[in-house]
Amino acid sequence: MYSKDGEDYFIVDAHIALWDGRPENQLNIHGKQFIDCFYDYHRNLSPESEVWSYEEYLYQGGERLMKDLFTDGYVDHAIFQPARLKEFYARGFGQTDEASALAAAHPDQLTYNHYFDARDGERGLDQLRADAERFGLKGVKLYTADWHGESRGWKLTDPMAFRYFELCRELGIKNIHVHKGPTIRPLDRDAFDVADIDHVATDFTDLNFIVEHCGLPRLEDFCWIATQEPNVYAGLAVAIPFIHTRPRYFAQIMGELMYWIGEERILFSSDYALWTPKWLIEKFVDFQIPEDLTEYGPLTTEQKKKVLGLNAAKLYDLPVPAALQVPGADETATGPRQPESADLALA
Amino acid sequence: MTAVLSEVLDEAAVRRALGTVVDPELDEPITDLGFVRSVTVHGGAVEVHLRLPTSFCAPNFAWLMVSDAREAVAALPGVARLVVELDDHSDSELINRGLAADAGYRGTFGHEAEESLDELRTTFQRKAHTAAMERAITALLRADRALSEDAVHDLVLGDLPAGAPTTEALLRRRSVLGLPVDAAAAVLVHDDGTRPGRAESAMRLRRARSVRISMDGNAHFCRGLLQTRYPGSDADQVPRAEDRSLLPLLVPSKGPTS
Repeated sequence: MYSKDGEDYFIVDAHIALWDGRPENQLNIHGKQFIDCFYDYHRNLSPESEVWSYEEYLYQGGERLMKDLFTDGYVDHAIFQPARLKEFYARGFGQTDEASALAAAHPDQLTYNHYFDARDGERGLDQLRADAERFGLKGVKLYTADWHGESRGWKLTDPMAFRYFELCRELGIKNIHVHKGPTIRPLDRDAFDVADIDHVATDFTDLNFIVEHCGLPRLEDFCWIATQEPNVYAGLAVAIPFIHTRPRYFAQIMGELMYWIGEERILFSSDYALWTPKWLIEKFVDFQIPEDLTEYGPLTTEQKKKVLGLNAAKLYDLPVPAALQVPGADETATGPRQPESADLALA
Repeated sequence: MTAVLSEVLDEAAVRRALGTVVDPELDEPITDLGFVRSVTVHGGAVEVHLRLPTSFCAPNFAWLMVSDAREAVAALPGVARLVVELDDHSDSELINRGLAADAGYRGTFGHEAEESLDELRTTFQRKAHTAAMERAITALLRADRALSEDAVHDLVLGDLPAGAPTTEALLRRRSVLGLPVDAAAAVLVHDDGTRPGRAESAMRLRRARSVRISMDGNAHFCRGLLQTRYPGSDADQVPRAEDRSLLPLLVPSKGPTS
């Protein structure tokens, strides 16, 4: 819980990882390129005081994770969203055994989501069944830009993916976190295209599709899809650290999200260990949309409470103390919100 | 004679040619973005190295930029030997081999390529136009707070301030797409150039705004990441053009502004 100015915030970090990017786990140059790319994100967007050394960044371990999230970071509950990256790392990037054991030891604080890859075919369906039982899955993380043999990307609309979503439905895995990276195949199309989300969200209305980093770098396409699909959510991973270096850009991201999808479908994520939650939460609670951006209404404390934890708590049925709850927004399920603020650029 | 001068093959001429190559996602020249790492010219031998903000920048866009760069430099008079390479990318080897062998897009990427990248290019030319349209209209709205939604729907190109950077930028992007550029042409249009209905116009502008914010944000992030990845590369970046300085995104520096 985070408290400021007499207000208490229940915090759910909806996207964290326990990764191992150390050289001994790297299979090839791409393993190094991947963790280096993350480290550049980290260095570029973090306040100077929060920048880690490269060695610290390669691997954190469970103890450090618990400290960064729960001792120092105000987080009440966090959800693992592991990436496999089996072509880059010998034991994978997300550390399944270590993370799931940590979640089992701290069930009140941690939820372990696993992944599937539709290119694993029939065998992968059996594996998903086994994983659901082993981890008690409520959610999965899908990284569509993962490499897999000859293939360097897949789409949620691939025929085999539908079989996986049907199985998710059967197994009670209702939260599908989608990380759109630069998929390669087919190379002819926009690599970050989010259109496949539109199709599956329509076909599987009983599943929730949480699009990580709110579709960036295709915020516009994401917003247009999400406004029409009530089961599509925006994860703030990678978007929220802009609050420090580029607060006006972050204000515009928040303004667009609030306008197109509203306050109940946005989820806070630190993307740990890309960034740590402490400074992000502190800055977000203090954050306000600049007054000269008159096309957006100001963010209210209730809206911030929803984004920081209550929305994710709802998706994962996490118990929230009654005193920390806020009333529902009574918003439209689809279409733009706060029409009174939709005044183009007029003051 | 200026004609002779401009035909001298030197680093400046090569950089000028590279200045015609645009990052399709960001709608900015690769020379302004700092993506040109080095240019060396020895007689008729030219070697150009490009760099990108991450190892995993989308390979299709990477290919578009390096192949456009190669084409632009190859067209210069006096180029006898030309090497254009993309450094430090997850697909550097593949792309550089394909370029050297003049294998083309399909020859380079094999089964991962289908037809061509023309449609992809067009998608982003449309986004660039949409963003430029939003910048031009929002500049008007901010200058004249009394402008109504109806007035936005009715705007024609002749209503935009002639010669203003936002107007010029819009006209250039309309030309690329083959949209009309005469004074009577509607400003607020769909991708195909048709004017939205009166009731749809506010929504069209809101969608256009999300396109502009997305492109601006990506441009700032990519520039920042390049600086982090290649210390000192900020010196090779040219500040964003005046036609898109409408909403500065950076934190104002704390020190005295110069």
